[in-house]
Amino acid sequence: MLANAHLGPDYHALSDQEKREHREEIRAVALRPLRHISLGGKLWIAGLVLVLLLGGFAYYLQLKHGLKVTAMRDYASWGLYISNFVFFVAISLVGALISSVLRLTNFELYRPITRIAEIIAVSAIMFAGLIIIVDMGRPDRILNLFTHGRIQSPIVWDVIVVTTYLVTSVLFLYVPLLPGIALCRDVLTEKPKWQRWMYKFLALGWKGTENQWHIMKRSISIICVLIIPLAISIHTVTAWLFATTLRPGWDSTNFGPYFVAGAFQAGTACVIIAMFVFRKAYKLQKYLTEDHFNFMGKLLVFLCLVYAYFNINEYLVPAYKMRGAEGKLLNDLFTGHFAPLYWGVQIFGMALPAVLLLWKKARKPLPIFMIALFVVVAAWFKRYLIVTPIMLHPYLPIQDVPANWAVYFPTWIEMAIVGGSLAGVMLIITVFSKFFPIISIWETLENEGIELEELDNPKTEEHAK
Amino acid sequence: MENKKPEESPRRKFLKFGLLAGGATLAGFGIQQKLRADTIPETGEKVKVMTADGKLVEVDSAHIQHHVAESAITNIESRIGIEGRKFVMVIDMARCANARKCVEACQKMHNKRPPVEWIKVKKMQDSQESSPYWMVQPCYHCDNPPCTKVCPVDATFKRQDGVVLIDNERCIGCRFCMAACPYNARVFNWGNDWGTPLKTGTAAVPADSVVTCGNKGEIRCNNSIETSLQDKVGTVSKCDFCVDMARKGQLPDCVTNCPNGTIFYGDANEDVVTNGEDTFRLSELIRDRAGYRYLEELGTEPRVWYLPPVERNFPFEDDPVPHNTTE
Repeated sequence: MLANAHLGPDYHALSDQEKREHREEIRAVALRPLRHISLGGKLWIAGLVLVLLLGGFAYYLQLKHGLKVTAMRDYASWGLYISNFVFFVAISLVGALISSVLRLTNFELYRPITRIAEIIAVSAIMFAGLIIIVDMGRPDRILNLFTHGRIQSPIVWDVIVVTTYLVTSVLFLYVPLLPGIALCRDVLTEKPKWQRWMYKFLALGWKGTENQWHIMKRSISIICVLIIPLAISIHTVTAWLFATTLRPGWDSTNFGPYFVAGAFQAGTACVIIAMFVFRKAYKLQKYLTEDHFNFMGKLLVFLCLVYAYFNINEYLVPAYKMRGAEGKLLNDLFTGHFAPLYWGVQIFGMALPAVLLLWKKARKPLPIFMIALFVVVAAWFKRYLIVTPIMLHPYLPIQDVPANWAVYFPTWIEMAIVGGSLAGVMLIITVFSKFFPIISIWETLENEGIELEELDNPKTEEHAK
Repeated sequence: MENKKPEESPRRKFLKFGLLAGGATLAGFGIQQKLRADTIPETGEKVKVMTADGKLVEVDSAHIQHHVAESAITNIESRIGIEGRKFVMVIDMARCANARKCVEACQKMHNKRPPVEWIKVKKMQDSQESSPYWMVQPCYHCDNPPCTKVCPVDATFKRQDGVVLIDNERCIGCRFCMAACPYNARVFNWGNDWGTPLKTGTAAVPADSVVTCGNKGEIRCNNSIETSLQDKVGTVSKCDFCVDMARKGQLPDCVTNCPNGTIFYGDANEDVVTNGEDTFRLSELIRDRAGYRYLEELGTEPRVWYLPPVERNFPFEDDPVPHNTTE
C-alpha cells in the first residue's frame, strides 16, 4: 500500500495534450534552479566556499607544522579526522539504500529522491577519501599504498572498497542522469559555451532511442544489485579498522552490522534534510510531497529501532559483565566524563526520534526536518564517541605524560578542517543541483504512466508546439 | 626535517679493508665534505683512507668521522634479522626501584627527548588489596604482533630473530599500528622535534658523551632501521630491542644503565639472559621465578617476560615527582 501511495490519478487515461503538459511542467520545475540562482543561493554557496577555504588554510598549517597542531597525541592517536571519516562513509551508504534497496523492492516513492541520495553518497565518499589523507602523518608517501601495499591490512581493504564504491556510486548517479543531461544540452541553449560543451560531452550522444533506453535500464539494474554488497562491505571494512584491534571497546564481533545499521539511519536523516531544503529552495512541493516525508519518517523509525538493537548489543551486553578495562570505559561513557555526550547522542539521536516519528504530525516536512537534524548531529558525535574514548582507555594506565595527552579536545585547526570537509560535501551537492536536475525527470514521469518514448526529444516537441 | 641517508656500500668496503671506517662518510658525502673543508680547523695529522673507487688518499684527521660498524646494515638485512637469534627480555620487578635510568639511557641512546619514552616505568596495582609495584614496559616484540598485521605498507615488520622494527622511510603515518597495539608501546612523531638529532654540547647531551659524526654537530648520524636514531616527522617509532647493539655483542643501554639489574636481555635459542652481571638460563628463570607475560590472554605472545614483584630488593616507594609534565 505504502509502496504505491503516490501513484496519483491514472495518467494512462490522460490525453496526449495533458501528458505533454505534465512533461512540460516537470521540466520547467526541474530546470528552474539551473536557470536562476537566488540571492540566498549565492550567499549559501559563498558561505560554503569560505568555510572550505578556511579548512584548506588550516590544512596548509597542518602540512607546514606537522600533526602537532592537532590535539592528537600518543594515546588519543586517532581523533576528529577518523570519526569524521567514519561519519562520511556512513552517510554515503544511503545512496545504496534509497536508490537500490527501495528500487529493487518496488517502493515507488524512491523515484524523485534517488538523485538526492546518490549525490549525497558521491560527495560524502569523496570527502571520506580526502579526510583520511588529512589524517596521514606522511601524505607525501601515499603512493606507498600501491608500491608497498599489503593486502592483509584492513586499510588496504578500505582503499579498495572506498574507490570501488566511489566509482560505482558515480556511475549510479550518472547513468540515470543521461536523459537529464541530454535535456540540458537541448534546452539550456542560453548557457555559456563551456557549459553547453559539458552537457554535450556528458550526454554521450543520448537521443532517447529504444536501444539507448534499453542499455541504460539494463545498466541501472546491474549497478543496483552490485552496489548493495559494495555498500555493506565499505562500512563493514570501516568497522573492521577498529574491530580488528585488541582494544577494549573495539574488540567486538558486533561492529560490522552495528556500523551498517547506524549508517543507514544517519544517511536517511541526511536525505530527509536535503529533501526539505531542496523542496523549499527549488519549489519542488509537487514532486517531493508530504507522502515522501511521511514515508521517510516511517523508514527512519524502523532504522532507529534497528540501530537501537545493535546499540543494546554493543553497550549493554558488555555492561552486564563490566570486564576490566572495558568496564572502566563503559563507566566513563555512562556516568563519567563522556556521559553528557553519550546520553545526548543516544536520546536525541536515536530514542526520541524513534518515538516522536510514530506520530503522523511529526512526519510532516518541517518537524521531520528538525528531527533529522538532531539525528545527523548526534550521528556525527556518535562516531566521535566510538573512536576517541576508547583510545583514552587502554589496558595499561596512562602515566608520566603531559596533562594534555590524557584527554582529547580538538584544536581549531582540526575543527576548521572537519568544518571545511562538511562544507565541501554540501558544496558539491549544491553545485551539482545548479548544473543538473536534482529530481530525476524520467523516473518520476515513468511512475505517472508516461511512456519513456514520450520523454525524449524535446526539440521535436517544441517544434510540434 | 629529513636527513640525508649516508651511502652504505663504500663504508662496508672500508671495514673489510680494516681501514678507519669513518672515511666512508668522507667518500659518501663527496662534495659536501669539500665544502665543509673550509670551515673545519685542520689538525695537521694525516690519515690514509680509501675512496669509493678504491684509491688511497691522505686526508687531514679532522675530516675523519668514526662510525660504528652496524651503520652499514642495509634495509634488506634489517628486515631479515640476525640469523640464529631469538631475542628475549626478562624484567625482574622485584629489583625495580623506579630509578628511571632505563628511560633516560634509552632516550639518550636513541636521540629522543621527553616526553617521548620508548621504555616506560609504570606504577601498577592489580587490586586495592595488593601492593603496588613498578613495571618496566618496553615494546614486547610480540610473536603474534597485532601492529605488523595491520600495517598497510609493510613499514613495520617481524624479523626472524623475533624483533619488530619500523622502517620510518616507508611509514605513511596512518597510526593504525598504534591503535592496534594493546600496550601503547608505539609513539608518533607529531612534529615536535622530540626525535630529531640533538646538537652536541647542550645540557641534555654533553659534548663528549657520544660519538659524533661532525655534520652540523649532530650526534650518531648513522640512521638506519636498526639504529633508529632519527624519527621522521609524521611516522611511528618504538623500542627496537637495540638490535644494532646486539650485532656488536653489546647489551641495550636500558639494561646496562639500570643500577639494580632489573632488565635481562638475551637469546631464547641459547636459553640465556643477562643483565650484565648475573646470567641465567632463561627457561629456569621463568620456571623457578613464576615468570609470566603481560596480558597473556590476548594471545599476542610477547617476547618480554616479567618476574613477579615478590621478595623485593626494595620496599615500594611512591614517586613524588611527576614526569614529562610538559610537551
